[in-house]
Amino acid sequence: MATSTTKALAGEEPPGGPGRTGGEGTARPRGALLHRLDVKGAPYAFVAPFFVVFAAFSFYPLVYTSWISLHDVELATLDVMEWVAFDNYVELWGDSRFWNALQNTLTIGVISTVPQLMMALGLAHLLNYRMRASLFFRVASLVPYATSVAAAALVFTMIFERDFGMINWALGTVGIDPVNWEADKWPAQVAISTIVIWRWTGYNALLYLAAMQAIPADRYEAASLDGASRWQQFTHVTIPGIRSTIVFTIVLSTIGATQLFGEPLIFGQGPNGVTGGADNQYQTLGLLLYEEGWKNYQMGRSATVAWAMFMLLVLVFVVQRLIKRLRSRTS
Amino acid sequence: MTTHSLPVRTDAPDRTPTEKPAGRGGRRLLRQRAGRQHHAGPLAYVLLAVMALLSIFPLYWTMVAASTDNTRVSQTPPPFLPGPNLFSNLARAWDEAAMGKAMVNSLIVAGVIALSTVMFATLAGFAFAKLRFKGRNALLMLVIGTMMVPPQLGVVPLFMMMSELGWSQQLPAVIFPTLVSAVGVFFMRQYLSEALPDELVEAGRVDGAHSLRIFWSIVLPVARPAMAVLFMITFVHAWNDFFWPFVVLDMTNPTVPVALTQLSAGYVRDQSLIMAGALLGTLPLLLMFIVFGRQIVSGIMAGAVKG
Repeated sequence: MATSTTKALAGEEPPGGPGRTGGEGTARPRGALLHRLDVKGAPYAFVAPFFVVFAAFSFYPLVYTSWISLHDVELATLDVMEWVAFDNYVELWGDSRFWNALQNTLTIGVISTVPQLMMALGLAHLLNYRMRASLFFRVASLVPYATSVAAAALVFTMIFERDFGMINWALGTVGIDPVNWEADKWPAQVAISTIVIWRWTGYNALLYLAAMQAIPADRYEAASLDGASRWQQFTHVTIPGIRSTIVFTIVLSTIGATQLFGEPLIFGQGPNGVTGGADNQYQTLGLLLYEEGWKNYQMGRSATVAWAMFMLLVLVFVVQRLIKRLRSRTS
Repeated sequence: MTTHSLPVRTDAPDRTPTEKPAGRGGRRLLRQRAGRQHHAGPLAYVLLAVMALLSIFPLYWTMVAASTDNTRVSQTPPPFLPGPNLFSNLARAWDEAAMGKAMVNSLIVAGVIALSTVMFATLAGFAFAKLRFKGRNALLMLVIGTMMVPPQLGVVPLFMMMSELGWSQQLPAVIFPTLVSAVGVFFMRQYLSEALPDELVEAGRVDGAHSLRIFWSIVLPVARPAMAVLFMITFVHAWNDFFWPFVVLDMTNPTVPVALTQLSAGYVRDQSLIMAGALLGTLPLLLMFIVFGRQIVSGIMAGAVKG
């Protein structure tokens, strides 16, 4: 495919070539051939760059990951690969750190995604009213999206600090004892989820808002003629109307949650970062992958974790599909 | 997965036959009339104000913490008003965290990635929107499918590739894997199928212009607003990208987010300095959002066609 497209491209005049007005050249047979080549080949040439880069830097690495995971490879000697078949997988299966990281990834994934999307739905509903300063509110809800993981995690790490953090101070003013946000498992996972929720709620709200605005107004009119309350209109018109967008955001958030890395790394403040806390209490699969490869120098094991993450994603979507099937059968 | 955010209608469409059916998922970058006509009541305003406050407060507080000194930051109650040391702390962060170099690096990385993403996305988007070729739909499906592949999973071989190419710790290692974006291709396709009349392309053909010429003189002028939006959104993502730059770059040659991790890596933490660094790293994007907020909002909303 690629060779024929490059020929088609080479056969074309370079842009800004001979400044003839078109028409003359197309009359001659050679011109006609060029024209045919152009019409047939150009579209492939136009989409080729995307596929070439994707194949080289995304698809090939993904496939090659599975091959590396069957070997022992040290970080210092990347060119020496020793075949160990499925040893890495067997070890991973018996490694409590893996199950811990898997569990953390799932729990943080749930407590960051569910409230995030619920809040985004509510925010989108509010933004959908006609009001003054609507642009200000939209841009304001996007401010967290403009903040990098690194900056956001640093700020929230400080806000959740045990001794002088703002949250514990606020809890103290209403008589609640300070929480050890970093050292205790659940508080740590809640704090990390807060960073994720803060960064992505506004962005998801805008996706929902766009979908809400595509719902024809007459559906609301019909519903209110039928005597539906505001709340019933929301549940019976708005939610079904943006269902596919909701599915889409769930997919995106799931992929994001599986790969959670920056937030827990920075929340752990340096020495505790890669291990996800002193007792791995918030180590995610992403952190484990990094720790195996770049701290323990075992690239083969790192690739095994990556492949396990991929399988996890596939599994999640298969389960999701199954649930959908069962639902549609029962309803 | 459906590929457009318009709900899939199973019932009969309630449009009058005279109305033109909307293009499949097509969406203008214009602000549309909201689907509901309700005006916001006082409660809605209060809730929105709270949301806005929650969104903005952490950044405001970053500024406060960056403008005091360590002893003040670590007292209770925490400070809520800016102190006098903002510029001295910013200057320290600039020097100590290699922030200056990191800024230049991030500017190069995000700029190149945004430019190439826009260029290739417009080319491919034009082909998918307006040109007829064998396998078009299958290829488009493939593009959408690639959105589902998390790039991080290939990080180990990618790291090997980069060290083989001699690009470890170099900017090309960060730039090359993200030269294109599936979301970008899809976004441009949606925009061009709406905004670019078939007649224009046909007219170019009749005049004997070849495809590249048509792209250059006909498609680009029409695509310009969408290209600007895509450029900004891609720039934001590239500037904030963390995992891969963190893996492949080191502290001698960091991007901004990587440099920020350096600030907090030690046992002794200089909170004001860390916050000054966080503020520095966020400022360029904040300015962009303040100036082009409207375009970025409408761009993200137009991109919502993705689902």
